[in-house]
Amino acid sequence: MKVLVAVKRVIDYNVKVRVKPDNTGVDLANVKMAMNPFCEIAVEEAVRLKEKGVATEIVVVSIGPKAAQEQIRTALALGADRGIHIETDEEVQSLQAAKLLKAVVDKEEPKLVILGKQSIDTDNNQTGQMLAALAGMPQGTFASEVVVDGDKVNVTREVDGGLVTVQLNLPAVVTTDLRLNEPRYASLPNIMKAKKKPLDTQSPADLGVDLTPRLTTLKVEAPQTRKAGIKVGSVEELVDKLKNEAKVI
Amino acid sequence: MIRDEETLNQLLDTLRRFVRERLVPSEQHVAEEDRIPDDILQEMKAMGLFGLSIPEAYGGLGLTMEEEALVAMEIGRTSPAFRSIFGTNNGIGSQGILIDGTEAQKQKYIPRLATGELISSFCLTEPDVGSDAGSLRTTAIRDGDHYVLNGTKRYITNGPEAGLFTVMARTDPDNKGAGGISAFIVEGDTPGLIRGKPDHKMGQKGAHTCDIIFDNCRVPAENIIGGREGVGFKTAMKVLDRGRLHISAVCVGVAERLLADALHFAMERVQFGKPVAEHQLIQALLADSKAESYAGRCMVLDAARQKDEGVNVSTLASCTKLFCSEMVGRVADRAVQIHGGAGYMAEYAVERFYRDVRLFRIYEGTSQIQQLVIARNMIREAQ
Ligand SMILES: Cc1cc2nc3c(=O)[nH]c(=O)nc-3n(C[C@H](O)[C@H](O)[C@H](O)COP(=O)(O)OP(=O)(O)OC[C@H]3O[C@@H](n4cnc5c(N)ncnc54)[C@H](O)[C@@H]3O)c2cc1C
Ligand SMILES: Cc1cc2nc3c(=O)[nH]c(=O)nc-3n(C[C@H](O)[C@H](O)[C@H](O)COP(=O)(O)OP(=O)(O)OC[C@H]3O[C@@H](n4cnc5c(N)ncnc54)[C@H](O)[C@@H]3O)c2cc1C
Repeated sequence: MKVLVAVKRVIDYNVKVRVKPDNTGVDLANVKMAMNPFCEIAVEEAVRLKEKGVATEIVVVSIGPKAAQEQIRTALALGADRGIHIETDEEVQSLQAAKLLKAVVDKEEPKLVILGKQSIDTDNNQTGQMLAALAGMPQGTFASEVVVDGDKVNVTREVDGGLVTVQLNLPAVVTTDLRLNEPRYASLPNIMKAKKKPLDTQSPADLGVDLTPRLTTLKVEAPQTRKAGIKVGSVEELVDKLKNEAKVI
Repeated sequence: MIRDEETLNQLLDTLRRFVRERLVPSEQHVAEEDRIPDDILQEMKAMGLFGLSIPEAYGGLGLTMEEEALVAMEIGRTSPAFRSIFGTNNGIGSQGILIDGTEAQKQKYIPRLATGELISSFCLTEPDVGSDAGSLRTTAIRDGDHYVLNGTKRYITNGPEAGLFTVMARTDPDNKGAGGISAFIVEGDTPGLIRGKPDHKMGQKGAHTCDIIFDNCRVPAENIIGGREGVGFKTAMKVLDRGRLHISAVCVGVAERLLADALHFAMERVQFGKPVAEHQLIQALLADSKAESYAGRCMVLDAARQKDEGVNVSTLASCTKLFCSEMVGRVADRAVQIHGGAGYMAEYAVERFYRDVRLFRIYEGTSQIQQLVIARNMIREAQ
């Protein structure tokens, strides 16, 4: 079974994000970039499926600038078999990403597509859902367990009230939540070997997708710095403050 | 020499993360238990850390000196005990066999050293022989198709856990100098190889040394490195520069870690109404440490590049080892000072590192020996 995994290049989660002085976006100059953590979980899940003999080939795809090949190489070092890089320096919004991925799905015909539930840069949480809709595939989002069973996949999902398990017919789209697995570290020899695995580059035009944004960013601002808290003397005082000052109860 | 920037960066990134997420959080535990947990050891093996300097053909990474130095700097950002367990496999434990060993010796041992399946030790020092290594007394006397080893080796890193020993012994009792010494590969389960009790060290808890006693230990004659007598000492000398630069890079990494800890503390700790980092006297400590660790970094990388280009770096490697090991001692002392009373307490990593780094000025050639090497080389070149 072929598994397609989408990975995104984002700001490394350890970096302190700074807003550009002109409020047009986040300052990316000389900032360390890495694979989106949810995508790492997606890659890990695919590799585990391959180790179990369920997956036979893992194709990893990334959309972004030339440097996004680093994240593809990371996925190859972790165990993916080949990479597809859709190269663009344009801003790619969720719908455009989903359309590009749909084009790749049409070509590759994977049985399972695994994506992160969201990327930590924009936190949109919609590419997987949009892809499922465009490709006419069932979706299991926020997965905490993925079990392939013949031509079906059982996906346990983390929802507000607890866990819910859905059964999907393959081919299907799964998006990963944090507790699905704990990604491994690529071994150093595998990082060297990943250099030799195939990586194919395409443009959005090759795939017939127009990247014109549907959304316009008006302004980006840093969140307000948290103010110091206060200590209250009693439960009564706390309730009083919540009621009369904060007006939340 | 960096062969492929992108791949190397990926390697360093992965390592940085492994160090930060896996090794740093267990430093304290390793020190308290005097033991590296098995799962971490397995992960270090799986990462490929035992084969950094071993050629790809034998299952290693085949890093150049510059690449290895950059890797060692990353590893330096955590407890040196972690590095100690794979240090020998990347140094004399494999390099001696690789440089002067026969193809059969390489095939038999190197791939297992690269994966960490075999952990190795290097036996040179003896109770009465330290800096003057050429005068060693352990003997290896030919007896049929074996050599019989007798003698005691002291302070042998990884002695308790090693499965393979590179042993320097005198095959020619009439030649009291370096020319009478040969190098042997001795497997850990050879009868007559006896391990002493682990030493009680000042620091680097989790890494172990012990005596290795050879009591009529019979070693197959084919295990003499290079297949002939009298070249062992020269073999060891060929590996010295690499080892010294590797240790220097670790010193730089540790210095950078100590400085990061000290800076973090100084920015948080408030005395006299402001963070101590804003007091000028503390700033001097921070600045001196920064300048010195940067100097060390530049020295290591410059010497490493020259080594990769084939230049004889004997003098430079000694200069670098001398400077970096002394430098990290000063940086550690300042880091403790910046921490005030907290720096004297085991809750803070600087207390542990302060003891750990003391070793760097002693092994792989003491500071005095480095000074001798540097000055003697200078004089020889001027003659
Ligand atoms: C933790 C640890 C791990 C070690 N691991 C290993 C190992 O794996 N394998 C191994 O073979 N050895 C190992 N050693 C031994 C180490 O290499 C020696 O301790 C070192 O070479 C110094 O030798 P020594 O202790 O006999 O000191 P000595 O040589 O007796 O030196 C004592 C003092 O005299 C100085 N000195 C000596 N000669 C001169 C001179 N000509 N001029 C000026 N000063 C001089 C020295 O600098 C030092 O200050 C280890 C040591 C330690 C502490
Ligand atoms: C083993 C031990 C035993 C002790 N016993 C006792 C005891 O019996 N009774 C007791 O009362 N205390 C005791 N102490 C506490 C000791 O006196 C303090 O640790 C010491 O005064 C330093 O204070 P601090 O640790 O809070 O460091 P800090 O005052 O926070 O200093 C941190 C760093 O900032 C520097 N610094 C602070 N202010 C300035 C400034 N204005 N300009 C430049 N640099 C500055 C310091 O020199 C230091 O390097 C003990 C400490 C230890 C470690």
